Amino acid sequence: MARTRRVRLAVWKFASCDGCQLSLLDCEDQLLTLAQEVQIAKFLEATSAEVKGPYDLSLVEGSITTAADAERIREVRRQSRALVTIGACATAGGIQALRNFGNVPEFISAVYATPAYISTLSTSTAIADHVPVDFELRGCPIDKGQLLEVLAAFINGRKPAIAAHSVCVECKRRGTVCVMVAKKAPCLGPITHAGCGAICPAYGRGCYGCYGPADTVNALSLVNAWSAAGGSRAQMHRVLRSFNANAGEFRAAAEALHEDD
Amino acid sequence: MDTQGAAAPGGAVIIGLDGLDALIKALAAGGYRVIGPALGDGAIIFDEIQSAAQLPAGWTDVQAPGSYRLEQRGDGAIFGFAVGPHSWKKFLHEPVLRLWRAQRQSDGSVSAAADPPPAARFAFIGVRSCDLHAVAIQDQVLIGGADKDPHYAARRGGAFIVAVNCTAPGGNCFCVSMGTGPRVESGYDLALTELLGDGRHEFVVEIGSARGAAVMQQVAHRPAQETHRRAAAEVSARAASQMGRELDTTGIRELLLGNLEHPRWDDVAARCLACANCTMVCPTCFCTTVEDHADLTGGGAERVRQWDSCYTLDFSHLHGGSVRSSIKSRYRQWLTHKLATWFDQFGSSGCVGCGRCITWCPVGIDLTEEVAAIRAGQEHGKR
Repeated sequence: MARTRRVRLAVWKFASCDGCQLSLLDCEDQLLTLAQEVQIAKFLEATSAEVKGPYDLSLVEGSITTAADAERIREVRRQSRALVTIGACATAGGIQALRNFGNVPEFISAVYATPAYISTLSTSTAIADHVPVDFELRGCPIDKGQLLEVLAAFINGRKPAIAAHSVCVECKRRGTVCVMVAKKAPCLGPITHAGCGAICPAYGRGCYGCYGPADTVNALSLVNAWSAAGGSRAQMHRVLRSFNANAGEFRAAAEALHEDD
Repeated sequence: MDTQGAAAPGGAVIIGLDGLDALIKALAAGGYRVIGPALGDGAIIFDEIQSAAQLPAGWTDVQAPGSYRLEQRGDGAIFGFAVGPHSWKKFLHEPVLRLWRAQRQSDGSVSAAADPPPAARFAFIGVRSCDLHAVAIQDQVLIGGADKDPHYAARRGGAFIVAVNCTAPGGNCFCVSMGTGPRVESGYDLALTELLGDGRHEFVVEIGSARGAAVMQQVAHRPAQETHRRAAAEVSARAASQMGRELDTTGIRELLLGNLEHPRWDDVAARCLACANCTMVCPTCFCTTVEDHADLTGGGAERVRQWDSCYTLDFSHLHGGSVRSSIKSRYRQWLTHKLATWFDQFGSSGCVGCGRCITWCPVGIDLTEEVAAIRAGQEHGKR
């Protein structure tokens, strides 16, 4: 069935490195098709030309770290029929959410020559903490194949086929030998959301948890298993405090480790 | 060569290491895709092989709950290990399989095409008795009923099985408890027993089929004597006495189904990660999910089938949510299906005692221990 009007797409940036929205430009083979299927109404990484809203689909990258951005995301939501967040910053607060566990005024005075110029919140938070979100696409960075799947799903009005199970399922499907069992590597795979295709274990490394918590998380049991294999609690705390440090279950697990010390 | 007709179905012959190599090459020359054990990623995995030199000579695996490591044996044994992270379902019941593609044509019609089945037939080298039973169980599940899975059937049909009698059961093995080993009894084309020691290194080859006999005509061999058959039987008897675990299966169906509220389920749920590793490595677990993908234009679509697991939240997602939202309900579903309701559904246990789910569980949950705990404390669960 032919659509009567092209979907109007906008791409928004909040506190982030731009890597996730660049995944869109990285779609290479699919890019021309995408440009035919959707009207790219606002995408500053690609063009300074801008079509005014409202938009059918907004892709939002980045986290909320300033009062101004907390206001701006409300306006983005108002202008968007569907709002999809892309990447760990937008879905969990990103690496910059480490500030949530530190002293922000102290950081500012240590880093900036004129701290008075800096106006920031004491937290970095996910977009979904501020406005309703229609779909969260995980990853640091996101996977471009998954991005295309989400775009195709929203364009065609269907549910995205994005699995929320553990990375372990991806390791097993590709035949990777478990690095935790065979190499005693500390691996976040059993509690991490699939999507990357289990890249790190395929290279003999434990999973870094770039995609955040899986649909079901039993972090305490995983931490106990790491301990039994000789991992230090400080090391486990560090592993949990990365790109998805502020994601619910990872944050809780790190806090539990901290309290035990 | 054979002068007494020993290389006929029901017969047995002797080959050496060069004979093993000749067998692999004869199968490859016969058009088979030969898959066998090989070293990879710090484990003994299943991979495509061209010669006996690729087999893991001199290596063994040391297995414990949640733990696997390779060790040198020091004796050059070719098959001196138990089972590794892969099982044969990787080839017969593929992890990711595109079922078909469809394309909308310019005139508005839709053409759909199924992907063709694989061209080469498989020859599997080193299939253990437990895994042979697992293949038989998947046969029953996937092609044994009225609705047959054509994809499995295409891969399974014509697969040549070179079984190996187990000489080195692992720390998590319990095939004796499940009645699935260690000695292979049927379902093979050739069955090898590795005889090693006293200066000899050779294989007793039992012929299980006419095509097994035909392949052996291309491999230098001599007839097996009664002493060889006795030595092979001793190997299996010794293996049977070396099981790392045991599972008391007495009344197991009633035991599990009669203790669905036993406190042990809460205990194991506190440890279980719901990561699905046990189901992925299980040689009989067969569940899949089917995903449809339409491209950006909406003009092209494909359907992909992938291994799935009863441990994922989405597995039991129905209208309104997931039926099994707790880890407890998912572990209980898996174990009671595997060891109890499998009998109702398929007429056998779903467990062959290979121990993979114990080894490859990142936190080392041991189903034999869980069942024993339920058995020991079953009065607790009684209401």
